[in-house]
Amino acid sequence: MTELTIAQEATADEELAWEERYAGPSRDICRRALLDLARTDPRIMCVDSDVGGLENLFADLPEQYVNVGIAEANLMGMAAGMAAAGLVPFVHTLSGFAATRACEQVKVDVAGNNLPVRIVVSHGGLSAGHYGPTHHAADDLGIMRLMPNLTVLVPADAVEAEQALLASAGHPGPVFLRLGRSRTPLVHRQPCDFRIGRALTLADGDDVTLVATGPYPVLMALRAAEALAAEGISARVLNMHTIKPLDEEAVLRAAAETRGIVTVEDHLVVGGLGGAVCEVVAARGGCPVRRIGVPDRFTDRVGGELDLLEHAGVTPERIADEARLLAGTAS
Amino acid sequence: MTGTDIGVLAERAHRVRERVLEMGAGENGAHLGGSLSAADLLTVLYGAVLRVRPDRPDWPDRDWFVLSKGHASAALYAVLAEHGFIPSEECADYAKPGSRLAGHPLRRVEGVEFPTGSLGHGLSLAAGAALAARRLGRPSRAFALLGDGELQEGSVWEAAMGAAHHGLDNLVAVVDRNGWQISGTTEECLSLEPLADRWRAFGWAVREVDGHDLSALLATFTALPDTGGRPTVVLARTVKGRGVPMLEDRKKSHYVQLTPKLHVRALAGLRNRRERDQ
Repeated sequence: MTELTIAQEATADEELAWEERYAGPSRDICRRALLDLARTDPRIMCVDSDVGGLENLFADLPEQYVNVGIAEANLMGMAAGMAAAGLVPFVHTLSGFAATRACEQVKVDVAGNNLPVRIVVSHGGLSAGHYGPTHHAADDLGIMRLMPNLTVLVPADAVEAEQALLASAGHPGPVFLRLGRSRTPLVHRQPCDFRIGRALTLADGDDVTLVATGPYPVLMALRAAEALAAEGISARVLNMHTIKPLDEEAVLRAAAETRGIVTVEDHLVVGGLGGAVCEVVAARGGCPVRRIGVPDRFTDRVGGELDLLEHAGVTPERIADEARLLAGTAS
Repeated sequence: MTGTDIGVLAERAHRVRERVLEMGAGENGAHLGGSLSAADLLTVLYGAVLRVRPDRPDWPDRDWFVLSKGHASAALYAVLAEHGFIPSEECADYAKPGSRLAGHPLRRVEGVEFPTGSLGHGLSLAAGAALAARRLGRPSRAFALLGDGELQEGSVWEAAMGAAHHGLDNLVAVVDRNGWQISGTTEECLSLEPLADRWRAFGWAVREVDGHDLSALLATFTALPDTGGRPTVVLARTVKGRGVPMLEDRKKSHYVQLTPKLHVRALAGLRNRRERDQ
């Protein structure tokens, strides 16, 4: 699949400045935002588990940086202790290691106590690419969605990632902020109205609704909507950047106002966005839901993120196919 | 506590044990062995070491205490009741439906900082609190009471390595070294010795003490923290089921539901042993 981008009206200087500002991977943008925050709030702590790069970034703020080493259980436990005693820890690890290796510490120490720990993870979904299945986290959203008190955020690009980090800083409870590994194309060409728990409507439509979470799934949903529009099918596109608490109102509105919902995620088709949307629609009434995501298997193919998603069946073409079925226009 | 009177502590430890037995006589029983081995440690910590305020459990300058071996909750509740954190009568509700006093402690009980029970969490939590105290310039120290069997959890050693590396000299781990875990002795199940050497190798200051000698415990704890920029571990040699002859140093004492008859016998044994020891 070719590089995904959004059609845009570029006004040269502004566009260039925006591109430059958000040129890096989301995790780099979040690190920069965290450093700025830490300079204004001495309670903020950057807690590292040897993820690389943070040590240099925080060289000027040694009092607000602590590396616990490659020890994720201790990372979460210590962060909970720090938060209980009045600090605001932002812990850093890979999504898979937060979700499964340190799962119990997240459950009992962080989420169970409703402590203001911010778990900032990279390598969410299949973004670890060729690193292989040990580093993939196609189950992270499902696991984190089961944690009481935990807010689960999945920004679609660097612009949202920055907003999500800033929003998490002032959030009263624990937050799981899921980022990818590498740079992904920007979804937003201007500041977005990011609010925790509120889906962003990226395109209006009344035939079908595409609900997506994660950078490539959102981009693919937009591309599918464009293809559908060319065929006269109007697709609403919701960027569900908050998996928990889910914007149930937006889902129910989609269920009432369109003929069906296609969910798109870089996550297993069980437990994550698709699961959450199905729960709401099944319980509260609505429409058919088709889920696009990673099949129920260990992804052991070697490949980059887009290659893996394509082989998992997460593609704009498939999204459009499912949407056509729901719209009743499939041949 | 000023001018700590060992006699007062001994009285209190005795009442704590009586109350632990009461909880063990409830319909759900209790982890008697590990509660009784920890009874003197908890009594000395709360009676003469920890700077805590029952009238204001969230006092920001308090010392932190984490019962990492959460299954010894009966002893903790008894001690919290002795010091007025919770009403004494509430101990009668232990493990009953709707009670706050679960088999493993809940955070909504005054004086309980963290819910514990899944082993291997407490040292990380205490280390985090200790680090926060240092960062925020507070005088707080953090104490975690660990079971010896608990030391088989890998996360304990993650925390041990981290605390030493970061020089958390306001952190104290206390190990209730009663030698037993549910299926046998620690040395049969997964050996811990040479335990003091292991902690030293992890960069900790090590103190070894008789965990039932109140004077020795007092002397040990009041000499802390270690000034060498290191966290300290107190390896307290204890006896599982201590104080109740029919439970002492026995595998079977791990979890016990005392019938009314056994409860009477246990209380009599406790009193006899106390008179003999005095």
